[in-house]
Amino acid sequence: METTTLIWLIPLPPVLAFFLIVLFTNKSKALSHTIGVGAAALSFIGSMVVFVRALGVEHLGEHPFESAINWLPTGDTWFRIGVLIDPLGAAVLFFVAITIFMIFLYSIGYHNYGQPAGDHDVKGLPPHGATIEEHGHKHVVPSVEPMYSRFFAFLGLFAFGMYTLVVSDNLLTLFVGWEIMGLCSYLLIGFWYGKPSARDAAVKAFMTTRIGDVFMLLGIAFLYSATGTLTFREIFTEETLHRLASTPAWFGMTASGLIALLLFIGTVGKSAQWPLHVWLPDAMEGPTPVSAMIHAATMVSAGVYAVLRMFPLLTADYGEHGLTVTMSIVAFIGAFTALFAATIAVAQNDIKRVLAYSTISQLGYMIAALGIGAYVAAAFHLITHAFFKALLFLGSGSVIHGMEHGVLHTGNHHVDPQDMYNMGGLRKKMPITFWTFLIGGFALSGFPLVTAGFWSKDEILADAFGHGHWAVFITLAIAAFLTAFYTMRQITLTFLGEPRTEEARHAQETPWTMTTPLIVLSFFAVTYGWVGIPEHFPLLGGLVPNWFHEFVGHTLPEVREAPEFNWIPLLTSLVVALGGLALGYFTYRNVKSVSEDKFQIPLLKNKYYFDEAYNFLFVKPAYWFAENVVYKFLDKRVIDGILHAFGPSTQGFGSALRNYVDLPIINRLIGDGSANATYWFGGKLRVIQTGRIQQYLMLALVTFIVIGAALFFFVLA
Amino acid sequence: MVPLSWYLVFAAALFSIGMFGVLSRRNAVAILLGIELMLNSVNINLAAFWRYGDVRLMAGQVFAIIVFAVAAAEVAVGLALVISVYRSRNTVIADEIDLMKW
Repeated sequence: METTTLIWLIPLPPVLAFFLIVLFTNKSKALSHTIGVGAAALSFIGSMVVFVRALGVEHLGEHPFESAINWLPTGDTWFRIGVLIDPLGAAVLFFVAITIFMIFLYSIGYHNYGQPAGDHDVKGLPPHGATIEEHGHKHVVPSVEPMYSRFFAFLGLFAFGMYTLVVSDNLLTLFVGWEIMGLCSYLLIGFWYGKPSARDAAVKAFMTTRIGDVFMLLGIAFLYSATGTLTFREIFTEETLHRLASTPAWFGMTASGLIALLLFIGTVGKSAQWPLHVWLPDAMEGPTPVSAMIHAATMVSAGVYAVLRMFPLLTADYGEHGLTVTMSIVAFIGAFTALFAATIAVAQNDIKRVLAYSTISQLGYMIAALGIGAYVAAAFHLITHAFFKALLFLGSGSVIHGMEHGVLHTGNHHVDPQDMYNMGGLRKKMPITFWTFLIGGFALSGFPLVTAGFWSKDEILADAFGHGHWAVFITLAIAAFLTAFYTMRQITLTFLGEPRTEEARHAQETPWTMTTPLIVLSFFAVTYGWVGIPEHFPLLGGLVPNWFHEFVGHTLPEVREAPEFNWIPLLTSLVVALGGLALGYFTYRNVKSVSEDKFQIPLLKNKYYFDEAYNFLFVKPAYWFAENVVYKFLDKRVIDGILHAFGPSTQGFGSALRNYVDLPIINRLIGDGSANATYWFGGKLRVIQTGRIQQYLMLALVTFIVIGAALFFFVLA
Repeated sequence: MVPLSWYLVFAAALFSIGMFGVLSRRNAVAILLGIELMLNSVNINLAAFWRYGDVRLMAGQVFAIIVFAVAAAEVAVGLALVISVYRSRNTVIADEIDLMKW
């Protein structure tokens, strides 16, 4: 098949699966997941074929796979949409396809397929477990998710959105995919809509990202009005970029800078950057595969991907004299978020929330890298992060699943299976989960040489150092240290030591559908780093070609040279990674309960009171405004007042019409009057209607004679 | 030859006698008789005008024959009605046949 045709077809299977499941196979769990996973597999195979073919093309950057069709008539021209796979697209497609497919597979086990239906499970709440009788005694086992089919339908729609975003050759369809994912994120966070917290989290996620999306749409509109096109390769011509970069806009920014900033605000919302980061930790209310797929690997990465796509625009006016205003803002937000979220992660006890803050922090890393112009490093970290963070989330889901097993066993439902202080010693109970989680955790911490996270993080640090962005470098280094620290804290609390609760003692390894994705992803969490080893790295450099830099770097017309090798960033990254890991291990090695944890600082524990502050600054005023201004004043007084005034005034007008027009004139004069007149005439005339034919004849004769006589005398005579 | 006006006077007299009969008699059969007289007075007129006009044009004669036929049919229907009314109401006096009067 033609490669471009294949690219067009990649997003199709998941959306077909969505409609098939929703419309037809909803009743059958087996059929639904077969369709869902089958569709994910088809897209996966298609993506891999495209990826392999993309590898075989020389100068893919200049001659990407592209194809476009006329879509919307705009006056006498057409708005064209199409697909584009350039090196960046191919690399992103690769990890998106793998993680989506893995997560589909994982969901089967996560939602307890094959288990009996729950004793009193209801739709909209997580399954509570089913009692079964075996060998004469009863015990409780996990029960299957009541809305199993729906989950796969939503995942399918989500996958469609992500693939659409990746293969798009223009900002508009990218935005369409972006918004489809936003919708699915909302639907899946609120998947267990019976829980008030999940409902609130879904609404929060949707509203918060909406803020970013509005700005992004503004950016798209601005871009379209400035250039008349939204197709990437038409915008990123030298001429267009130069024109945009030399058009001044507001606040010392050029038009290109302002557009890039507006688009970047969309990313701030989607990738949960400060100050719009508040939704992502709450989004952990959703099922864990959702957290892994949407809130770690794909959707939040899409924000970074969008900035990567818009990179030529971001750097259009980047010259010799330092960073532009927009780039400085991007770098600041990224670096600040990286550090800020890492500090919060240190004090969280919910296993998924730690990962959520870690995701925010790592996305901040990428954003910071883009802000200082490190395009390839950001793309590299985007991909390695997607692998190891999806792995970590799926691992945490596996842990939670194992813990839930323990909870079902003891029957004590007050034990939170997500609280790390209820865990401990799980390495013996769940060996596969432990080892894969360890790999993911080490990759996240940037454990030297073997893990992918080390290479990508090191590249960002080296770039920041090499180009003299000291503030960014130091901030990111501290963030990396904290990352290693809280990761080790998490691993230590969860897997090492002795079980702290009876539930942890009875935890169990999860089924193969859940562990297989862990193993596959941990493979990539290690090996993917090897495709991007810098050439000048001591000993290892040059053993394996720096494929990633070569390949993805050529997406742009001009590849920025990788900075010269320097020992300082390397040593820094070694020290922070190993130091953080060691400190984490030794601090939490012997911690028995949450009261012994020295880092439960209220400020960090409560996420710097951002939720409270936003509540006070935005939510409460919005409620107040809605209650007092909109409801009580506008709606009750003004609108209802107008409506209520309409009633009486219409009634008054109506009764006036009735009393002075309808009754006297229409009814009495015209209606009754004509009837009465007819009646009166009838009464008068009926006396001549005797019914005697001879009288009629007599009358006729007389009339004839009279008329005849009259004619005779007056006409003839 | 007898002048045309004689025929016309005669027909007018016959017509008036017939009309008088129709207007003054109470017996339905007598009214029918009056109608026959009026029709025949018309026939006399038709025949007279034919004879004194262009003899080759047959319309007057033909018309008279049609009137005969119509008169015969009319009498047949009229008498049948009178008999029918007599059977049900036991009278042939026109004034007394007042079922449809207000």
